[in-house]
Amino acid sequence: MGGSSPRMTGKNRGDRPYISLMRPQDILMPVPAGLCCKAGGFHIDPVRPVERAVITHGHSDHARAGHGAVLATQETLDMMRLRYGDNFARSTQALRYGEAIRLGDVTVKFHPAGHVLGSAQIAVSCKDTCIVASGDYKDAPDPTCASFEVVPCDVFITEATFGLPVFRHGNAADEIGKLLASVALFPERAHLVGAYSLGKAQRVIALLRTAGYDAPIYLHGAMEKITHYYQSRGVALGELRAVKGMKKAELAGTVTLAPPTATSDIWTRRFPDPVTAFASGWMRVRARARQRGVELPLVISDHADWDGLTATIAATGAGEVWVTHGQEDALVHWCQTRGLAARPLDLVGYGDEEESETLPASEDEA
Amino acid sequence: MNRFAELLDRLAYEPGRNNKLRLISAYFREVADPDRGYALAALTGALSFKHAKPGLIRDLIAARTDPVLFALSYDYVGDLSETVALMWPTRPNGEESLLGHPSPQPSPARGEGVERNPGQPDRGESKATTTALSIPSCLEGQGGGYREHGVRERHRLHDNPPPPTLSEVVTTLRTLGKTELPRQLAHWLDELEETGRWALLKLVTGAMRIGISARLAKTAAAALGDKDPHEVELMWPGLAPPYLELFAWLEGRGEKPVNLDPAPFRPVMLAHAIEDSDFATLEPSDYIAEWKWDGIRVQAVFGRDARGHGVARLYSRSGEDITKSFPDLLPSLHLPGAIDGELLVVRDGRVQTFNVLQQRLNRKVVSPKLTKDYPIHLRAYDLLADDNNDLRELPFAERRAKLEAFVKRLGDVRIDLSPTIAFDSWQALTAARTDPASAGAGEDAEAVEGVMLKRRDALYLPGRPKGQWWKWKRDPHIIDAVLMYAQRGHGKRSSYYSDYTFGVWTENEDGEQLVPVGKAYFGFTDEELIQIDRFVRRNTTEKFGPVRHVVHEPDQGLVLEVAFEGLQRSSRHKSGVAMRFPRINRLRWDKPPREADRLETLERMLKPDAIDEALVTSGAIDGS
Repeated sequence: MGGSSPRMTGKNRGDRPYISLMRPQDILMPVPAGLCCKAGGFHIDPVRPVERAVITHGHSDHARAGHGAVLATQETLDMMRLRYGDNFARSTQALRYGEAIRLGDVTVKFHPAGHVLGSAQIAVSCKDTCIVASGDYKDAPDPTCASFEVVPCDVFITEATFGLPVFRHGNAADEIGKLLASVALFPERAHLVGAYSLGKAQRVIALLRTAGYDAPIYLHGAMEKITHYYQSRGVALGELRAVKGMKKAELAGTVTLAPPTATSDIWTRRFPDPVTAFASGWMRVRARARQRGVELPLVISDHADWDGLTATIAATGAGEVWVTHGQEDALVHWCQTRGLAARPLDLVGYGDEEESETLPASEDEA
Repeated sequence: MNRFAELLDRLAYEPGRNNKLRLISAYFREVADPDRGYALAALTGALSFKHAKPGLIRDLIAARTDPVLFALSYDYVGDLSETVALMWPTRPNGEESLLGHPSPQPSPARGEGVERNPGQPDRGESKATTTALSIPSCLEGQGGGYREHGVRERHRLHDNPPPPTLSEVVTTLRTLGKTELPRQLAHWLDELEETGRWALLKLVTGAMRIGISARLAKTAAAALGDKDPHEVELMWPGLAPPYLELFAWLEGRGEKPVNLDPAPFRPVMLAHAIEDSDFATLEPSDYIAEWKWDGIRVQAVFGRDARGHGVARLYSRSGEDITKSFPDLLPSLHLPGAIDGELLVVRDGRVQTFNVLQQRLNRKVVSPKLTKDYPIHLRAYDLLADDNNDLRELPFAERRAKLEAFVKRLGDVRIDLSPTIAFDSWQALTAARTDPASAGAGEDAEAVEGVMLKRRDALYLPGRPKGQWWKWKRDPHIIDAVLMYAQRGHGKRSSYYSDYTFGVWTENEDGEQLVPVGKAYFGFTDEELIQIDRFVRRNTTEKFGPVRHVVHEPDQGLVLEVAFEGLQRSSRHKSGVAMRFPRINRLRWDKPPREADRLETLERMLKPDAIDEALVTSGAIDGS
């Protein structure tokens, strides 16, 4: 990433404002700590402690403890507090969707990303150039968070978790239909649904309620805190119970949400002949479901699928696309066939969600 | 087709053998002839379609998707059928076409799916119509009928023809000419949903790879009539799809089918690997020892049909008919009987190594030059039938005596006896195993891969009965090598970096360098696979398509302890050596790469006479 630093741009501006000289990479550039905005004096989703951090959403690979000042939505700040304790940062500031704030030479504005509760796309504007760092996002409807909003921009920074044309998530309601059909068919068995504890679990519960399932839903201990937080923010999830302390026989015919690792754990012995389900976009690929020993794969994802990624890129009108964590190669190639300037953004430390969702060893949410 | 697709889909997720059996049996019970028969044929690998080849499917998808996106997707998914099933452009439904979706084919240059919702990221609505068939596989067993109905109804609503039945697909594929096939296949793929497409493509390519062996499918069929799977196995070579008489018998509606094949396959008896601790409980005098020859285990059968015509057949140990690949052996099989033996290449009276035999394997055309340069030979271990007499109920010692007489009667240079090894104690046998050349194998010792122990009183029992036959392989060679490149695996391992290229140190003009000496993709545990996969992802220095360069510096990198069976010179490898059967023995996290082995160590293992005339030594070897 050569080129003039923001300071040099400032010097130029002293003589004469050459706005057209401002290049996107002068506004945001990847550094080892994360995406850095020198002109604004902050990093987006930094993976190392920094002075000032702007955070897209509460998943642990994006929201880390130990920064000086943190700017995020109220929900994201609350989730960080739940996970890391009150002293997760020296100071915090909440920003609402649609609200703008001036930081140094740039303006920062939040827009809903539709990923999880409180997830935001961060629009960074400097002069006439607008870059949107979308964090993780999905364009599919989700009753537990604000819907994704298309933000017109010059440069769109997109994730690529499901950046291959084999990933088409389909309708989440159909997947919930699969689950409910199985519950009806096996009233003597317990259904264990592996789901990421922040976001996915609550979405699955909300979808079950939408589908008319009104029996109590049981929760693994690791999900209680965050799920109750969702309820406190007005997300209707119906009657929830802790699975702890339940007798085995009482769990026949019930649905329990648990972190993915727990579903292959000795923890499952408390359930009568459990059916193991897993809610994840990875379930689209059979081998992935098999590797995990999943009997009932549910293709429900908090990330945009291939059609969603490509439709969103087109809709932003961005002429340049930076692609990060996931299957960058395919999405970069697609952009280029569309005449869009595109390049992979080598950011380290994200996309661990893939590993933790796939590899039993590293689910830190559990 | 949908019911069959659901079965395959469900089987793909079912890890337990008993549950798999239940699922297949339930399918056979519910589904009528001839569909279930074709399903059994598909599961046992008995179907093959002359013109339907993976290349054809690649062409179809290439005409509909961007080649780069296809390559990346295939690399990720690791299964051609599944990749194509997932990527296949879905036909637009009514509402979607209102959004301006161009009708059938997006231009080849485009990634498909894109135009579905131009500028309309929120598409919950339209998605609802595209995935209806991936309904819960667990509904199956009881609700199958109603679902099929639902699907058909949906199709009627959309004014589409119903998806084809399995029998339709099979009979059409059998009769259709090469030129009409692509269009028919594309038509079906348009009609079917994802699961159906996947199953159709599995069927067409004949590569099921869903963890179902032919044996398991036959066992499930046998369960239908509470029969012993062994009985089905014995009559199997005489049966043909769609197996109407088999199902009639299993359901008590018909006579037991008789295997009229004059040269039938008999299920093979296999040995257990012996452990050091086993010897304490074994008595040397109870056993006969012979060399374990490093070739291919086969069954060579000769019989006469009703009109007295002789039929000779060669079967692999799994019962596959491989007669066509070895026409040069057939004239030697001229006495009624069934020999269990090892296929070898013998040149000038010397048994060649497996590397040489490999030239004869998987050949479509067997040229006279091939049969002349690689003369095939059968080394006889056992006799299962002598004329019309079944010998399998006799003790091994008696069968051996009959075998010796049989081979003598044949009097053919291409067929000889597997010699026994004289021994009176385990120490004596240990010595023979360590040095086969001095213990009777002589110049053929190179082709010996260990010792076989057979109980004198062992009956010939199919499968791997306990305590009857033991195999005692030679110890593998071990080296410490450095992981250099990694590639994603296929099938069950797809998306994991599970194929590893490893290297050892050598000195050349650029100083100390690692030179690749082999590739391995098994030997590690599931837990180790996860560890290596993580290491690869975190320590990639460069990517070349599907290949990742993994850091390999003197102080940085991963040392793999590699076990292998043999070594030969190879001009195809930069290092000049090629390993046989290499696998990851252990991960040496504790060892810095600089302490890994050197190429000279491998070169010392090469015996001077192991140089094949066809192979040219490379520069790396000359240097030593």
